[in-house]
Amino acid sequence: MAHIHLSDRYRDGASIIHRLDPRVKVIITLLGIASNVLLPDGAWTAFALSLGLVVFVCMLARLGAFFALKRSFVALPFVLVAITVIFTTPGRTIMGWQFGDHVLLITDSGVTRFFSILARSWLSVQMAVVLTAVTNIPDLLHALRHLRVPPLLVGVIGFMLRYLDILTDEALRLMRARDARSAGSGGSLLWRAQVTGRMVGQLFVRSYERSERVYQAMLARGFDGRFLTINPHRMQERDWWALAGTVTALALVQAAGYVLRM
Amino acid sequence: MSTSTDHIPSAQWSLFGAELHIPDGFLNLPISIVCWIGAIALITLAAQRAQRTLDERQMPLMGIMAAFIFAAQMINFPVAGGTSGHLLGGVLAAVTLGPWAGILVMTAVIAVQALLFQDGGLLVMGANILNMGLITALIGYGLYRSVINQRLAIRLAIIGVAAWLSVMGAALATSLQLWLSGTVPLDIVIPAMMSVHALIGIGEALITVAAVSFILRTRPEIIEAGAQGGGLDRGWIIGGALASLIVVILSPLASADPDGLERVAEDIGFIDLGQSAPYEIIPDYTVPFLGETPLSTIVAGVIGALVVAAVVALIVQALRSRGLGVGG
Repeated sequence: MAHIHLSDRYRDGASIIHRLDPRVKVIITLLGIASNVLLPDGAWTAFALSLGLVVFVCMLARLGAFFALKRSFVALPFVLVAITVIFTTPGRTIMGWQFGDHVLLITDSGVTRFFSILARSWLSVQMAVVLTAVTNIPDLLHALRHLRVPPLLVGVIGFMLRYLDILTDEALRLMRARDARSAGSGGSLLWRAQVTGRMVGQLFVRSYERSERVYQAMLARGFDGRFLTINPHRMQERDWWALAGTVTALALVQAAGYVLRM
Repeated sequence: MSTSTDHIPSAQWSLFGAELHIPDGFLNLPISIVCWIGAIALITLAAQRAQRTLDERQMPLMGIMAAFIFAAQMINFPVAGGTSGHLLGGVLAAVTLGPWAGILVMTAVIAVQALLFQDGGLLVMGANILNMGLITALIGYGLYRSVINQRLAIRLAIIGVAAWLSVMGAALATSLQLWLSGTVPLDIVIPAMMSVHALIGIGEALITVAAVSFILRTRPEIIEAGAQGGGLDRGWIIGGALASLIVVILSPLASADPDGLERVAEDIGFIDLGQSAPYEIIPDYTVPFLGETPLSTIVAGVIGALVVAAVVALIVQALRSRGLGVGG
């Protein structure tokens, strides 16, 4: 049974990457993803360089060279959306089939385009995987706060993360109870959907009541609407170097993307 | 004990619902940035309004409700052939918590899914927030609010319709963004996305209605409190009605005549916005256009109305709330 533990997403460590200011880590990740998205179709050298950067950062962070690779397959279902470009992009025909009146043609530029979309998406997922692995949740929230995300939203995300494991466990328990009574696969489709809906309603009520208890507990401990934090984060020299290094490396990737693309 | 800790929400792997979290790499930079700007404006406004209509209890409540939506998306039921259906939750959040809190809750869910689980991208997060947060709240709360004084059966029926429409609306917006980014041709993405999500929407409707009626039986006052969360409600009702109308009119039109839509977008400059970037190789999908048809005028009008309605609704909300001090 699938089991979520938020702590599994973060790999604790004291590497130079772990010690960067969380803001810098978020910005570097976004720059890297923007760079992937900007690369033109068929820029295989640049895609390879970008992959090299991910592997390099993984090694610097002592995660193992192919850490991000192993966790990067989550975006695959969406690839189905893009698969049609193989057949619809005009170009030189590589293969073709005839189905009655319909002709299905695979073109060279269609294949290039498809694999370019795949590469952009896959590299971007890897970059996000690294961010998650080297930034713990309090740091991530701190970064969001300093990146001007409204404090209310940061607070909501903070509470969400604090109770995520509890509520997903609760959901899994509900599902286990349903499976034990075989309702998961029995009955008509309509009935199964309704049972699922009532389970969702049940989880809602439990969650709502939990939030009321949580709030009462906060009041009992003297909560007055303000959150106090101790933030040791300050931009240091190494953070500026990391930013500068990233920008330089990504500029080289972009140059490779436009110059070496043949 | 946990055998597959790397395997995050199993829901993610099911066919149903996976298509609405756009990953990075599928939208180009201009579209991603435009959507982020829209999302930032929305989040800022929603944070202001939610702060006004709810007391300080809101933060733990909304945080735990965001965790609830995330967990509820895991509760799936088998449909057929190894696929399963599950909730997306936008309408449920808007109806139970009010639209502004609903938008913030969905934003938190989308942010956590992208930041921690790589379900949906970071650069395209703005688009995902607009699709799954704004559109679902607009349609869900707008339609629900318009029948708030009706009989229970009517209210539940409208919630079901709104849930279905919200999924269709989100799928429509996703398709348009993918097309404007030059990722997929319109005549393929619209029919594919809309037909799949017409089915997904039925699951969403059934689950949402069953969940709301369960909550009404156990804690009816929660739903009543949520209905007050919108502040000035005329804007939501009009916005929701317009957005629903657009989904209803635009989806079949776009499926039947994608070239018309493409031409309209070209006329009003959307295509340039999305595809003129120097790096973009523009494959020419367009078949010779059939000329100025009344159809293309309708489509142009509807697109315009969607944009205008959304902007006006948000501005009116902001102004009215300031002027009248509607505290909810």
